Formats: sequence, structure tokens, C-alpha cells
Amino acid sequence: MIDSITSTVHEKIKMDKNNYKYDCELLTNNEDDLQSEEFEETPLYAAVLTYISYAILCLFGWLRDFLRQSNIETKRGAIDPNASLGFVPLYQSYESFYTRNMYTRVRDIFNRPIASVPGPQFELTERLSDDYNWTYRFTGKTIRAINLGSYNYLGFAEKTGPCATESMNAIKSFGIATCSTSSETGTQRYQIELEQLLATFLGVESCIAFGMGFATNALNIPVIASKGDLILSDELNHISLILGMRLSGASSQTFAHNDMNDLEKKLRAAIVQGHPRTNRPWKKIIIVVEGVYSMEGSICRLPQLIELKKKYKAYLYMDEAHSIGAMGKHGRGIVDYFNMDTKDVDILMGTFTKSFGSAGGYIAGKKSLIDHIRINSHANNYATSMSAPIVQQIISSLHLLSGPEGKKRIYQLADNTRYFRQKLVDMGFIIYGNKNSPVVPMLLYMPARVTRFNREMLRRGIAVVTVGFPATKLLEARVRFCLSAAHTRQMLDAALKAIDEVGTDISIRYSTRHEHRRLRDISSEK
Amino acid sequence: MTRGDIESLATDFYDLLESFKHAPVYHLSFEIFLVLAVSWLVFFRKPRPIEKKLTEKEKQELIDEWQPEPLVPSVDPNHPALNVRVLDGIVGKTVEIDGRTSLNFATFNFLNFVGKQRIADKAIQAVQKYGVGSCGPRGFYGTIDIHLELEERLARFFNCEEGIIYSYGFSTIASIIPAYSKRNDILFVDEGVHYAIQKGVEASRSHVKWFRHNDIADLERLLAEQEILDKKNPKKARSIRRFLIIEGLYVNYGDICPLQRMVELKYKYKYRIFLDESVSFGTIGQTGRGVTEYYNIDRQKIDLISSTLEYAVGSIGGFAVGSSFVVDHQRLSAQGYCFSASLPPLLAAAAIEALNIMEEDNTTLFETIMDKSKRLHKKILSIKGYIVNGDEISPLKHLRLTNALNTIGRLEEIVQFAQTRDITITVARYLSDEHRLPEPSIRLILNVEMNDEELEFLCTVLQEALVKVTT
Repeated sequence: MIDSITSTVHEKIKMDKNNYKYDCELLTNNEDDLQSEEFEETPLYAAVLTYISYAILCLFGWLRDFLRQSNIETKRGAIDPNASLGFVPLYQSYESFYTRNMYTRVRDIFNRPIASVPGPQFELTERLSDDYNWTYRFTGKTIRAINLGSYNYLGFAEKTGPCATESMNAIKSFGIATCSTSSETGTQRYQIELEQLLATFLGVESCIAFGMGFATNALNIPVIASKGDLILSDELNHISLILGMRLSGASSQTFAHNDMNDLEKKLRAAIVQGHPRTNRPWKKIIIVVEGVYSMEGSICRLPQLIELKKKYKAYLYMDEAHSIGAMGKHGRGIVDYFNMDTKDVDILMGTFTKSFGSAGGYIAGKKSLIDHIRINSHANNYATSMSAPIVQQIISSLHLLSGPEGKKRIYQLADNTRYFRQKLVDMGFIIYGNKNSPVVPMLLYMPARVTRFNREMLRRGIAVVTVGFPATKLLEARVRFCLSAAHTRQMLDAALKAIDEVGTDISIRYSTRHEHRRLRDISSEK
Repeated sequence: MTRGDIESLATDFYDLLESFKHAPVYHLSFEIFLVLAVSWLVFFRKPRPIEKKLTEKEKQELIDEWQPEPLVPSVDPNHPALNVRVLDGIVGKTVEIDGRTSLNFATFNFLNFVGKQRIADKAIQAVQKYGVGSCGPRGFYGTIDIHLELEERLARFFNCEEGIIYSYGFSTIASIIPAYSKRNDILFVDEGVHYAIQKGVEASRSHVKWFRHNDIADLERLLAEQEILDKKNPKKARSIRRFLIIEGLYVNYGDICPLQRMVELKYKYKYRIFLDESVSFGTIGQTGRGVTEYYNIDRQKIDLISSTLEYAVGSIGGFAVGSSFVVDHQRLSAQGYCFSASLPPLLAAAAIEALNIMEEDNTTLFETIMDKSKRLHKKILSIKGYIVNGDEISPLKHLRLTNALNTIGRLEEIVQFAQTRDITITVARYLSDEHRLPEPSIRLILNVEMNDEELEFLCTVLQEALVKVTT
């Protein structure tokens, strides 16, 4: 059965010798291979230069602030309408130092508006600035670019096809919104259908869906945890998880990223000592991790987590925002990827934005858990229920995922991931993360290189996402590629060619573990 | 004492001094060391607590013995949230439940935009151009030109400088408040605000001063108290920001806030006003522009107006409008904006078309809804046995039974009876950790396209229900 699927995939896509090798690897269950990750250390000269860059930026920032204060330079930006009336200033000037002097200089690389479906290729609206990014004007033209920035892992961001058609039909049959909360008069039949379908897909007893992924974490963690509980969370968890933990009132501690020894130490200390001041035993302990970490590209160590959780009687909450649909042979997420039992993870959470091309989030688990959430969730009682076309898109994509079309997309994504990562590593760039994660962070370190890389790539028709401080650590500014099943081999090759050129131009081949090579040298080796 | 005694004392003392001079150095230093040691022991050593160091075996025993609570407590299978009515089809003026069609007085569909053909057409066009999802947050290619258009239209509608949209109504005000108000700041909040505002206030970690619902005198008292504290420490007072958080039309009570007086007090006590107009947007005011229009107050005096696209507009999401100085800050600091995927374009398209209808219509829709709200108010007041709370022009009314009769059980019976007679109404649902839990009530919501007969029918059914429940 598996052979026939791979052979159909081979027929439809042109493969060369290397790719055939990757496909076989996809089907192995080699434990080491599943968790192999690389996080090369920052080279010393890059660290020093990055600090110097930020110091120079700060100096210039202070100089410009001084010039603005003494009215030598005109003040830009909006002015407080209440300024002269004796109100306390709304923002402290040091808070907006970063915004005025660093962010505004490079603002054009963020918040780029698009004018088409966010598929593998899209149209960016061209915007130009005459005053160094303080204001923009739209020229009316669009730039066509390959999209390496949107979360479109399985390629369901489409404007034609069965999903889009069924969504349009749903608008005609059900309207856009219900204008009521789910616990009052907002539960539509399609919502129940979605929840049942999702529960079957994930292999759990029950499931509940919400309209926003961020709110799913922030409004439901307070329902599960409360004062007297302990939450152990990974240090790189998403901000929605941190907000949920804060609002719950439970105590929280962080453990080093993906470090199971540190987690075990903290678990033992927590059970032995109890609450730090009163020594009362904790009511329960919840470990919160993510499936795939979106800034690092690493995958949580699920087998060890489940072992720890069983040994110390803790509960496990896994946020699969980026991994549902994208990881695993059947697209069922990290549990599927490691071939483990879904019953071992107490609370499975995920979003529909990334792999299903829709919006919203869900929580899945035992029926008792979901019933409790349904009664007590803030979102279920105060937020309006999901919109019909949004739900229909998820239902359509779930149906597709369970069939041959889904298998094709999953294999294509895994293949793209392996190919892209391997080529980048062979060229000598520092790439973080697990070999199989479709999130590919490439380290750039210096703020000027980050900006230049982004702008140069766009000039060559590739749209990328670059992130720096404060989303990442100060030293580790990076570019994050998000691969999609809809990317063809030609698109990836075009992207690699551009990265090769720009990479040579601005010298971002930092790796000391791999040789620095040009793309043409790798290709000619075959 | 005789002279002789004094002399002998002096001689003894002199001898003592002499002996010090002649004593060996080691002896002297030893003596001094002893004196110092004793004085340290007496005065400076703190008694150290006896630390208990657990052995590995004891630790393992503790770990083995520890039993956590079950993940969730047991639930009541008959809880209303687990046995909700399931709807089919379009939830507009009428709603289909279990094959029967009933009149809908339960959903926040004030202007009946749900199911409108032109809005559905525009949404379908948006799917044909943009697909369904936006696949990213605003900062990373999730900004679609239709979002920018909607923000501009909303700002223009309210005659403000800038607008910003969120992808979820609940998250809007819950993300806005913590973006401006931090740990040292003071929030003056009306006790009757809805849950999302309460969560925003909690997330901000600021000092909160609650004042009694719609009670200006209570607010003035709190402001005066704060002024006294400020005078004691003027330097600290200059770094504390103050905000007043109120709603235009309160969801939990159905009454309008006394905005004029609050604006006057703003300039006296120097706080900023965040006005949440979730319910009043599209329902109050001659052209639906909310409480500021109703009272004829200059909108520039309100620092930020936040609202939702999920009620009158009939879409999903939320927004805020105000001066650029205030609104722009949210683009980098509001968590629900920066770290969440953006609004799907089809919902933005639906909202733009709804705004088009509101602007084209200008005054008819809004005059009609205010008029019908007044008529409904009068009709319900004439039914003996019900107490209706809320302003007469509010399209949202809270219906209660008199005094001790007002329990959730009885209200649920009324709702079930009404459902059998093809009227859909709902009991207002709250969570138990609300700051001030409102009394149980039925939340009646008026749809602008209800005619007089239908309102009469509603009142008839309510009357019958009352009889059934109280006998």
C-alpha cells in the first residue's frame, strides 16, 4: 500500500536521484533520525559585530533624539492631542526609543500588504516611502513574488478548488455569522459536525473549536489550571500560552528549551518542596510545550515527555499550532510523527490557521475534559461562535487530508522540507531546528544584514520573513522560511539561487561545521 | 568613704594600669580577643534555623506518595451548556431549530445584516480573490489590502484619524487595555462592564478602582481620593497614567453611560477615556455612530473608541478608532493584534459592505431601531409581573421576574415555553467569576426588521409563559 502511494507521487513529480533517497528516509522509523536537531553556536566574531551594530544604532538614536528635542530636526510621528493640557504622557520616551530610532528605519520589511491569495506565489502591493518609512504611498502596482513567509504548510490557501467552492456554498446556506455565543443560541449544526470530524481525525474522544487560535490558549488555560497548581512551561513558549498561564492564577516556572533533564529536576523539586513559601503540596502539575517551535524550528521531545509525565503523575498540554497537518505520516501532528498514543497527551491544542488555510483553534482530549471546558470556557460563554465559511474550509480540508490528495500533500511537504534544508546546510548557512520541521530559521545575526537580506530577496522576487529583537534574543536575528506543499521544485530552486547570491553578497555563511559552498558547486556534484 | 579608701582605690587602679603595661603581648591580645568574641556572640549572632536536609530516599518517598487532583472536576451532564439548541440555516430574523422556524429575539443581529444578499455576494467575491484564510499575522504577509480598506472606512465613519482591526471581538478590548495601562497605572472601571473588559483589566496588572454602575457620584469620590494621594507625592503622581474604562451601552444592563459628565471630569482630573461601544455602534445615534453622536459630544475628546464587528455589522472581529497618536501604539504592543493571525478577508469584505449599507441608508435604519425599541419597552412594561431594565431606546433589554421569583430555573422554563410557541429567546449566560455577577435575566434583543405584529406576539407569549411559571 505504501509503495503504491510513493510510486504515484513519483509519477506526478519529477524526481532526481537525491530525492528518491529522501523519500525512503521518510518512511523509516529511525528514532535518532526523528529527533536529530542542530543548533550551532553563535560564532564569536558575529556576536561581537552584532553588539557593536546595536551600540552604533543606539548612539545614533540618542543623537537623533537630541536633535529632535532641540528642534534642529523636525519631529515626526503623531502628537498627543492632550499634550499641553497637563495629562501624564501616554508613553514613556524610553519605551518608544526603540520604535522611533530602530524600528522605523526598517519598517518597510514588516507589515507588507498583499493583494492576492497567500499561496505559494502572491502579489505584494508596492509601497514607497519618501521620508524614510515615516509615511507610505501606494503606487497601485503589485509585485509578484514567491511566498516563503505565510503559514501555508499544506497548500490549502487556494481561491479555486473543492475547499473554496464549498466555503462559498456555505456562505449562501448559512450566512457569515451567528451573532451569538455558543452557550446561548450560537451552536450551529456545522460546528458540531466539525468537532466530531476533528475528534475522529485526531483519534481522541472529543473536541471543541473556537474562533481564534490566540484566544483558545489565553481563555482556556485558566479553565484547566487555577491557583494552587503548578505549570512548567518551556522557555520559548508562545505569548498566548504565557498570557493564559498568567490569567489562570497558577504558579509557573520555566525550564530550559527542550531540556528534559532540567524538566525532571524541576519536577522532582516541585513535588518534594511543594509551594515555595508554605510548602503545601501542589494540587496538580501541568507541563506546557509546543509541538513545533515557530522561531527555532525544533520539535518537542514527546517520547521523553510522556515518560516523565507518567513517572511523576503530571499532565501534558501540547500546543500543535504549527505541527498539526504538517507533521506525521497522516498529518495528525507530533503524536503521529513519533507514532505514540494520543491518549498519553492529556490536552491537545491546535490552530486551523496554518495547515488548514482557515482561522480558529481547537482543544482535544477526553470527553470529561472537553465537557468541563465547554461549560466554563470564557470563549464559549462570551465570544461569538465560528463563521460558516471558515468552518466549511476546515471540514473540506479535513476530508481531503484523509484521502489520497492529503497523502500527496503531506509527502510533498516532507520532501520540500528535506530538500530545502539539506541544500542550505550544504551551502554553509547556519540553520536551526529539526531536519523534518517545515519551519526553517536561518541565522543572520546583524541587524543591517537582516534588513539588507530581506530587501535584496524581494528585489529578486522572493518574499521572506525576517525577525529580530525583541521577538528573538538580541544576538540571534534570523530569517524564517515557511515551506509549503504547494511549492514546486522550480520555486524552491529559484529561492535557493537567490539565497545563494544574496548570501555571497553580504557574507552570511557563518557555519563552522559545514563547508561554505556555492549552489552551482553542490549541484554539479551529482 | 574616707580619704584613705580613695587613696587605696587609686593605688590599686594605678597598679592595674602598670600591670597592663608589663603584661606580655600575647596575653593582652588573647584577652582582647575573648572580650570581642563574647560581645559578638551576645549581640550579633542570629540564631540559625535548623535546616532539614532530606535524604534521597525521603525525596523518592514524597514523590511516590504525591497524588495529584484529577485534571478536571466532574461535570453535571444536565448543565445547559452541554444541552444547547442546535441551529440550522441562516440565523437571521428567523431561526430554524429541529425543523421548526421561530422568531429570533436572542442573537445580537440588530440591523439584520446576517443573510443579506449583497453582503453574501461581496464575501463570495472575496473568497474568489483571496481564498478563505489569511495564513499569517499582520506583521508577516497577513496584511491584505482589504484590511487596510476596512480600517480606513471605519476611521472615516467615525471621523477619526485612524482605525485598527482585530480578528476576534473578545480579544479586542482585552488586548487594548494592557497595551496602554501597565503595573503602576490606575484604572477607574465601572462595575457593570462585560467580561472581556474585566479580563483586559486583569491582564494589565494595574491598580483598579471599581465604581458603582453608572454612579457618577461614586466615581467623583474615587477621583477626589486619588487627588489627595497625588498631592502628597506629586513626583510619583506625574508618572502614573489614569484611564476611565466605560461602555457606551452596557451589555449586562442595557443602560447608557452618563458620558457628558465623564468628559467634563476628564479635563478636571486628567484621565483618558476608553469607551467600548460594542452594542451602541450601529444602534444608538441618528446615523448609528454611537453614544457620542447621541449626546452630541465631540469624538476627539474620547481617547479611544473600541467596538465589535460581531453585533450590528454581522461579521466577525473587532476594531478600535481614535487619533493616530493613540491607535498606532497598538500595532506593536497589543498582543491580540501582533501575535495572532489576521482577520480572514471574506469577513473584512462583509464588514465593508455592511458599512456601505449603513452609510447609504444614513438615518432610516437607526431611527427605526430606536423607535421600535421604545415601542417594545412600553409593551413589555405593560405586562405585569416582569421588570425590564435598560434605557427605552436600547435595543437590548434585560427581562426579570419580580423579587424572589427571579431564579434561573424559572427563566429557563419561560425560554423553553417560548421555544414551543416558536419564539427564540435566551437566558443571559455568565461565568461565576464575574466581578459583579448580574441578577439572572432573559436578554431580549430587538431586530430592526421586526414588525408590530411580531412584537405583539412576543409579548403575548411572554405573558402566557409568566402565567405558566407562576402558578
